[in-house]
Amino acid sequence: MATRKNILGAALAVFAFAAPMNAFAQVRIAYIDPLSGAMGATGEHGLRELEFAIEAINAKGGVLGQKMAVVPMDNKLSSQESLNLLKSAIDQGIRFISQGNGSAVAGALIDAINKHNERNPDQAVVYLNYAAVDPDFTNDKCSFWHFRFDANTDMKMAALTDYLKDQKKVSKVYLLNQDYSHGHQVSKVAKAMLAEKRPDVKVVGDELHPLARVKDFAPYIAKIQASGADTVITGNWGTDLSLLVKAAKDANLKADFYTYYGGTVGVPPAMGEAGVDRVKVVSYWSANSMNASGQAVQEAYRKKYGADQDPYSQSIRISAEMLARAMEKAKSTNPVAVAKALEGMKVDGPFGEITMRADDHQLIQPMFVATFVKAGGPLKYSADGTKEYAFRADARVEAAAAARPTTCKMKRP
Amino acid sequence: MELFLTSLLNGVTYGLLLFMLSSGLTLIFSMMGVLNFAHASFYMLGAYFGYVISTYVGFAPALVLAPLAVGAIGSLIERYGVRRAHAFGHVAELLFTFGLAFLIEEVVHLVWGKSPVPYKVPAALDGPLFTMFASTFPAYKAFMMAVSVGMLIALYALLTRTRVGLVIQAALSRPDMVEALGHDVPKLFMLVFGGGVGLAALAGVIGGNAFVTEPGMAAAVGTIVFVVVVVGGLGSLTGAFVASLGIGILQTFAVAIDWKVPGFERLTLSQTAPVLPYLIMVLILIARPRGLMGTRES
Repeated sequence: MATRKNILGAALAVFAFAAPMNAFAQVRIAYIDPLSGAMGATGEHGLRELEFAIEAINAKGGVLGQKMAVVPMDNKLSSQESLNLLKSAIDQGIRFISQGNGSAVAGALIDAINKHNERNPDQAVVYLNYAAVDPDFTNDKCSFWHFRFDANTDMKMAALTDYLKDQKKVSKVYLLNQDYSHGHQVSKVAKAMLAEKRPDVKVVGDELHPLARVKDFAPYIAKIQASGADTVITGNWGTDLSLLVKAAKDANLKADFYTYYGGTVGVPPAMGEAGVDRVKVVSYWSANSMNASGQAVQEAYRKKYGADQDPYSQSIRISAEMLARAMEKAKSTNPVAVAKALEGMKVDGPFGEITMRADDHQLIQPMFVATFVKAGGPLKYSADGTKEYAFRADARVEAAAAARPTTCKMKRP
Repeated sequence: MELFLTSLLNGVTYGLLLFMLSSGLTLIFSMMGVLNFAHASFYMLGAYFGYVISTYVGFAPALVLAPLAVGAIGSLIERYGVRRAHAFGHVAELLFTFGLAFLIEEVVHLVWGKSPVPYKVPAALDGPLFTMFASTFPAYKAFMMAVSVGMLIALYALLTRTRVGLVIQAALSRPDMVEALGHDVPKLFMLVFGGGVGLAALAGVIGGNAFVTEPGMAAAVGTIVFVVVVVGGLGSLTGAFVASLGIGILQTFAVAIDWKVPGFERLTLSQTAPVLPYLIMVLILIARPRGLMGTRES
């Protein structure tokens, strides 16, 4: 009996020891994003692309002899929930955080991480932001611990308005956006940049509608119709975008839609025929403009997840790849060393060279303005979730031209 | 003038859609006194069933089969769930349907995933019906309006002009007497519940492709149907109809009118449009608790 107890005890001791040993042999990234609720599908998509990138890194042997791993955490799109999850991630010894959906959440995370790192410099945390586009994060509110891999609202609007310079038939613009910080910013920067680049264009409407609560956009379309607008600029995403385009088609509104998120999960299938030749997207992603290495990734992704899938959240894959590279460069997984190695890092992206600008931690990359069209011909890759439609790139803004000046005064440890 | 007429048309369309969504709830609530929190979830199930059936046998059969299937599920839920919860009072019943709503949403997640499904308007109904000024009016919306009005007429006739309707009404106030006369009251209630759920499903089959069929669709309409029922008057079909039209027209015009709320620099009337129905509900509950055309207090 005594011996049996001893053996049990020994076994328990080994287990207790072995579990953390295994965990420490990994570089873990906490993925804090909505995995349920209305935005669940968007969060799931990002997670899938992050896991895809990590698998590729691990297949090549991982980093510094360690495997990388993702720890998914569902924040239900709530800032409060995200802060609890951040704390739990830190307690588990995770030093790298990935998040993208919602600038409100991102702002809360940046504040919390700044405070945490100041108080616990030996347990510093690095935050990889793959989609929160509030320009403040790389300007006045910039942080050494935050790195943004998406283009911010200003960069997207700059690319879009540069494109509009040559679109002479655009004369009356209607701004329709969701009533929260992102929508307010799109509306604000659109007015400023249009006034600068196309002073002849009239803004005939500037409307805000509640986020994810409008079922029928017909009343808004009637208003756009009455305003005589020929172009609508919108930062809408999710069902707010697909319902808008559907309502426009039903009422036979002859206006083009310039969007930020026309290519994201659920939108192309919901738009269908209604969006053809009418919906444009400004993005860092253009599936049909990739170089050979980008296409190889695309093929691998489609093989794994289905022939109609589009890995448009390129930013999250790039963030994982650059993180791994920074660890190799620093020869360490220490967050401070890794963050320093990430600063100014240049890599070859699917569309050319991309740079993590050291001044403000904003990724500088080429941008595209693309139109939703029928698939086929030279367009090899269909839009996400469809086989019949694709995005055709109409304009490319080179990385250097897409960069915007920053007001960031970076404080480094 | 142009914007006024277009908005009026849009308002009536939206109002009829609201009635289509809430008629089943009114039926269940007025006839059985059951406040069914899962009503919008059956609407969602109807949309998903409609999507699956229409991909195999077409839209027209889906219009009949999906409500029947969901209605049958509803009847079973009444027989083995609601009825038992009912024995423990209204709170138990309420909590039961509340939990049911979450359960149905999770089932939809598991079966169809979290992304929207490509449920399309049938080709025969896809396209403009007529042109008013510069904008066209889609044929499918006219179809939705027709179904909604049809629902009102059919329900009204069923409840007031048929023998079954009279028995249902009698069972509401004097169940013991109706039972003593040889009618199977529990079975009757099961059918009423199934019927109400079926109506929600029919709305789902029609609304699912007009809008987007996704797991969040139940939550999106979940509260507005209660507003319609409360404002219209608990248990009044005509009241629900009037309330639907009123709310639809009011909300549409609030969007159309460019009017800044005095004292708030950024706030326009159109931004407040989604809150208006709830404001009306609160006011109605204060001023006239039984609603516009309700006959009883609870």
